[in-house]
Amino acid sequence: MRQVIWPAIRGSFVKLDPRQVARNPVMFVVEVGSVITTVSFVASLLGGHGGTAFVGMVSGWLWFTVLFANFATSMAEGRGKAQADTLRKTKTETLANVQVDGAVRQVAASELRKGDVVVVSAGETIPGDGDVIEGIASVDESAITGESAPVIRESGGDRSAVTGGTRVLSDEIKVRITSDPGHTFLDRMIALVEGAERQKTPNEIALNILLAGLTIIFLIVIVTLQPVAIYSNAAVSVTVLIALLVCLIPTTIGGLLAAIGIAGMDRLVRHNVLAMSGRAVEAAGDVDTLLLDKTGTITLGNRQAAEFLPMPGVSVEELADAAQLASLADETPEGRSVVVLAKQFGIRGRHIDPERAKFVEFTAQTRMSGIDLDGHSIRKGAGDAVLAWIRQHGGSAPTELEATLQEVSNQGGTPLAVARDDRALGVIHLKDIVKGGIRERFDQMRSMGIRTVMITGDNPLTAAVIAKEAGVDDFLAKATPETKMELIKREQQQGKLVAMTGDGTNDAPALAQADVGVAMNTGTMAAKEAGNMVDLDSNPTKLIEIVEIGKQLLITRGALTTFSIANDVAKYFAIIPAMFMVAYPQLATLNVMRLHSADSAILAAVIFNAIIIVLLIPLALRGVKFRAIPAAALLRYNLLVYGLGGVIAPFIGIKLIDMLLVALRLTS
Amino acid sequence: MAWGILQIVVFLILLGLIAKPLGTYMAHVYRGERTLLHPVLRPVERFIYRVCGVDERREMGVKGYAISLIVFNFIVLLFIYAVLRLQGHLPLNPAHVPDMSPWVAFNTAVSFATNTNWQVYVPETSVSYLSQMLALARENFVSAAVGMAAAVAFIRGLTRHSSRELGNFWVDFTRSFLYILLPLAVAGALFLVSQGVVQNLNGPTHAVTVAGVTQTIAQGPFASQESIKELGTNGGGSYNANSAHPYENPTPLTNFVEMLMILAIPVSFTYLFGRFAGNQRQGWALFAAAMVLLVMSVGVMFASEQHGNPNLTRAGVTQAATATQAGGNQEGKEVRNGIGASVLWATITTDTSTGAVNSSHDSLTPLAGGMAMLNIALGEVVFGGVGVGMMGLLIFAVLAVFIAGLMVGRTPEYLGKKIEGREMKLAVLATLYFCVTALGLAAIAAVLPAGKDAVLNHGPHGLTEILYAALSQTGNNGSAFAGLTVSGKFWSIAGGLVMMWGRFFFVVPCLALASSLGAKKAAPESSGTFPTTGPIFVVLVVGVILIVGALTYFPSFALGPIVEQFLMNAGHLFS
Repeated sequence: MRQVIWPAIRGSFVKLDPRQVARNPVMFVVEVGSVITTVSFVASLLGGHGGTAFVGMVSGWLWFTVLFANFATSMAEGRGKAQADTLRKTKTETLANVQVDGAVRQVAASELRKGDVVVVSAGETIPGDGDVIEGIASVDESAITGESAPVIRESGGDRSAVTGGTRVLSDEIKVRITSDPGHTFLDRMIALVEGAERQKTPNEIALNILLAGLTIIFLIVIVTLQPVAIYSNAAVSVTVLIALLVCLIPTTIGGLLAAIGIAGMDRLVRHNVLAMSGRAVEAAGDVDTLLLDKTGTITLGNRQAAEFLPMPGVSVEELADAAQLASLADETPEGRSVVVLAKQFGIRGRHIDPERAKFVEFTAQTRMSGIDLDGHSIRKGAGDAVLAWIRQHGGSAPTELEATLQEVSNQGGTPLAVARDDRALGVIHLKDIVKGGIRERFDQMRSMGIRTVMITGDNPLTAAVIAKEAGVDDFLAKATPETKMELIKREQQQGKLVAMTGDGTNDAPALAQADVGVAMNTGTMAAKEAGNMVDLDSNPTKLIEIVEIGKQLLITRGALTTFSIANDVAKYFAIIPAMFMVAYPQLATLNVMRLHSADSAILAAVIFNAIIIVLLIPLALRGVKFRAIPAAALLRYNLLVYGLGGVIAPFIGIKLIDMLLVALRLTS
Repeated sequence: MAWGILQIVVFLILLGLIAKPLGTYMAHVYRGERTLLHPVLRPVERFIYRVCGVDERREMGVKGYAISLIVFNFIVLLFIYAVLRLQGHLPLNPAHVPDMSPWVAFNTAVSFATNTNWQVYVPETSVSYLSQMLALARENFVSAAVGMAAAVAFIRGLTRHSSRELGNFWVDFTRSFLYILLPLAVAGALFLVSQGVVQNLNGPTHAVTVAGVTQTIAQGPFASQESIKELGTNGGGSYNANSAHPYENPTPLTNFVEMLMILAIPVSFTYLFGRFAGNQRQGWALFAAAMVLLVMSVGVMFASEQHGNPNLTRAGVTQAATATQAGGNQEGKEVRNGIGASVLWATITTDTSTGAVNSSHDSLTPLAGGMAMLNIALGEVVFGGVGVGMMGLLIFAVLAVFIAGLMVGRTPEYLGKKIEGREMKLAVLATLYFCVTALGLAAIAAVLPAGKDAVLNHGPHGLTEILYAALSQTGNNGSAFAGLTVSGKFWSIAGGLVMMWGRFFFVVPCLALASSLGAKKAAPESSGTFPTTGPIFVVLVVGVILIVGALTYFPSFALGPIVEQFLMNAGHLFS
C-alpha cells in the first residue's frame, strides 16, 4: 500500500501543472480560484487588515480540493503502474535467432521486424509476437497470464499465436513475427495498464460536457451575483464568492471522474481481461445480447455418459459390463465417463490380460471402438456404424434399437450403440452437462434485460434441449462463421449491442463486427486483433463478468454525479445566509444548520467539499456494489442512496465540521 | 376559501380531460391524417401551398427548418415594426393614435414576434385598431403557430430513428394555424362575446359617471384578440389592466374558460408526444411531472396569500377567512376572482409563457411573487408556452436521463436513443441560454443608472422588480411585475434583444438536438432500460427541474423575494 500512496502524493503535486489541470474544466476553475484567493491572502498579510486567517484557510482548502482530486487520479494510475512494472521486467533484452535464406543469425529482439522468421528452442524466450509456422511446443505464458500450467502452441489451426516474452519449455518452433518493435502485445498491455494511452471514452466526454455546462452556469450565477448584491448594499468579498463558486460546481464528480475510468479498466485487468479501449468497457455495460459458445461456457467441455438403455432381454448390468469393456482403451473424456458410469452398476475397474484381448481403437472410418476378448467382439460407436457391423456379423438389430437411438437424439443427447458379436445390447446416452449455477447467471442477465444466445455446431434438436436446460433465451444451431455474423448484424439492425467471444481465425470477422468482441488468449493473432478485448485466462464464461464490470463502471459514474449535484442544496443553506447576514440579519432563518458564524459556515462548506473527495476515493476505485436486478429497481435503490443521501449527508457533514472549527477555535 | 380550492381542483381535473381528445386531434393534424375539419380546411390548405409554392411532401433537415423559421420571423418582425411606426397615417384609427416611437416599436415588434407580448406601451392610447388587428392579434396566431411547428419538429426528431429530417416548416406552420389555432380561437371569441367581452370598431365612449366625472371608455375588436391571446399563450392584452379588466374578462366563467384556453394546447402536447413516441405512458409521465410543479406553485401561492400580511394583522385588520369574508391578502386582486382564481391564474400565466394577468403580481406577498418568478426562471416548462414549453420540458427529461440514467449501468438513452457528447452539448446550450441573459440583464440593470433608476420601490422589492423584468423577457413570458418603468430606451432595447435571444437561441439548439437524436438507431426497450414512464422518472424530472432552477436562482432570489418575506414578517415594508 505504501508503494502506491507515496508516488500518488507526489503525483498529486505534479498534476497541479495548469496544462494538466486544464483538461478538467471543473478542477481548472478550482485551481484558478485557489490562485486568486492566495493572492488576496498575501495582499491581506501585507496590508494587515483583518480577516487574514479566514482568507488563508479558504485558500488552503481550495488547494487541497485540487490536490485531493489529483490524488484520486494518481491512486488509480498507481495501481496499474505496479502491474506495468512487472510486465516490463519480462521485456528484458533477448536475443533472437533469425532465419535468413536458410542461415540462422543472432540479432537483438528489438530489431525484429514484421515478417522475420525466428527459431526458438526449449528454454529460450520467444522474442516477439508471431504465428508458429513450423513445429509444436509447450510454452510457459505465466509472464502474461499468470497461469503457471504450460500451453501447447503449434503451427496451423487456432493455436498458432505466440506472444513475445513467453518461454518455450520443450521442442523447437519456427515463428513468423507479426508486429514491429514498440507495437507488440506486451507493449500495448503495458501502455494500457499504465493508463498512458488513456483517452476519454464517449460517455466520459458527454459527462464532461454536462459538468462544464454546470460550471459555466454557476460562474454566471456568481459573476452576476455581485452587481445584484451591490444593488442590495450587501457586496461580498472575492474570497467568499470564490468559496461559493467552488462549492457549487460539481467538484466531487469532476475530481473523481478520471479515477473512476482508470479504476474500471484496472478492474478488468484484475480479471485478466485486457480491453483495447475504454470505449469497449462502456459498450460492455450497454450490451443487449450475449452470444455464448455452448462448449466451455454453458456446458462442461465434453459430453458424459448419463444412462444405459438396454434392449429387451438384456439386463442393465450386462450392457454396462460390455460398454465398460469396449471403453477401456478409449482415452477420450467420453470413454472415461462410460467407465465411471458403469462403476455405479457394481462393475469395478478390472485388469485385462493383454495376451487374451485385442483393443480396437476409434477411427474416423469405422466410427467405433471396442475390444476382442475370449473369442467375442464388443463394439460401441455411432448408431448406424454399429448397425452395419451387426449385419456384417449375420445378426439383425431389434426395431427397438433404432427407436431408442432416435429417442436419445430427440432429447438432445448423443446415442452410442453397443453390440456383442451379432447382438445389439443397448444404447449409451451421452449428454452435455450444463455447468452448475449457469442457469442462475442467465436468470440474472434476463432480469437486467440482457438476452443470452447459445451458439453451437449441434443440430437444432440437440441445441434446443440444452438451451432449455441451461435457460438461455435463444440459440443458434449448426452455427458457422457466416450464420454467426448474420445473427450479429440482425441484432445490431434492431439497435442492439452484441457481445461475443471467439478464438479462431474464422471468428475474426464476427469479433470485429460485434460491439464487444472478447478474443481468447489461446486464440489466433487474427482473432486477438479483431476483438476489442483479450481474455488472458481464455475463459469464455468471463463475458458475463465483463458485462458486469462495464455496468459497475457506469453506475459508479452516475452515482457520484447524482451525489455531487445533490450536495449543492446543503451548501446553499450554509453559504447564502452567511454571505448576506451582515446586510440582512433576517436571512438567519435560512441558516437551518444553525452554523456558528458567517466565517465558520463558509469554511465548513469549503472543507466538506474538499474532504468528501478523499472520502469517496475508495468508492471510486472499488466501484459501487453491483446488483443484478432490473433497471427500475436498481434506479430506485441508487436514487435513494446517492440522490437522497447526497441531499442529506452534507447537512450533517457541514454541521460537524462547523462544530469542530468552533471547538478548535479556528474561526471567529 | 373552500370555493377557491374547489375551483382549483375542478380546473385541474378538466385539464386532464382536455389532453387526450385535443392531443389526439393535433397528432392527426400534424401527421396529415383525416380529421373532422378536413372537408372544409383541406382545400384551403392545398390552396395556400399552391400559391406559396410549397411542396408539402418535402421534408427539411435541421438547417432548412431553422433557417425557414428564423427568416420568416424576421420578415414578420419588420412588418410589425413598419405598421406600428406608420399607424398614425393608416386607416382604422378613430382615436387618432400617433406613430409609435422607434424603440418602443422595436421592443413591441420583437415582443409579439417572439410570443412574449411584453408591453412597454399602454394599449388603449398607443395602438390603433389596425395595429391591434393586423400587427398584434394576427401575430398572436403566427408566433403561436411558429412555436407549435418548432415543437412538432422537435418531437418528430426525438421519436424518429435513423432519419435526420424534421418535417416541413411551412406545412407544420400552416397546419398549426389553420386546423388548431383558428377553429379554437373562433370558438373562444364567440364564447367571450356571449359573455360580454367587447368586439366593435367604435372609438372610445365618453361617459359621465354618477360622480359627475367624464370617463373615457376604450373599446375595440377585443374578444377576438382575447381569445388568441390565451390560446396562443401570448398574453398581450387590449387593455393595460389585461385580464383584470371587465371588458376582457367579465365573468367568473370567462375567467375559468380563459385559464383553460391558456393550458389547452400545452397540455395536449404532452399527449401528442406520447402518441408520436408510440407509448402513451411517455406522454403521461411528462404530464405528471408538470402537474406536480403546477400544484406545488398553486399551493405555495395560495397558502402565502391566504396567510396574508402580518403587518396588517398587527394593524388590526382581520385576514382570517370567515363565513362572510374570504380573508387573506386581497391587495391587487379583483374581488370577484378572489385568492383562488387569482393565484391559479398567476401560476398558469407564469408556468406557461403567457404573461396575461388577472391580478397585480406586484401586490402578491413576497413568497407568492417569488413563486411566480421561479416558474418563469425554471424555463416555463410546466406545460409551458405553446410548443416551446414542451421542448423545454423534454430538454429537462433528457438532462434527467443523463444525470441519473448511468445509475442503471447503461450509457443514458431516451426513447432508445443514446445521449452522447453532441446531444449533451446541445442540451446544455438549450439550458444555459436562459440564465446568461436573465441574470446578465438583471445584473447590468442593477448597477447601470439607466436600469436601476427605472425602479419604483426600494430594497429587495425593487430588486425583485428588476429580476422579474429580466426573467419575463428572456423567458418570452411578457407578464410584468410592474413597479418598473420599462418604456425608457435602456429597457426597451435591452429587453428587445433579450427576447430575441430567449426565443431563437433556444429553438435552434433544440432542433439540432432533435435531428441528432433522430439520426440514431433506437435500442428496443428491455428490463435493463432506464424507465422513462413510471413514477420514479416523474420524481426525477421534477427534482432535476427544481435543483437546476433553484440552484441557479437561489442566490439572487435570496436578496429579492426571500429576504423580503422575512423582512415583512419582521415588520419591514418597502415604499
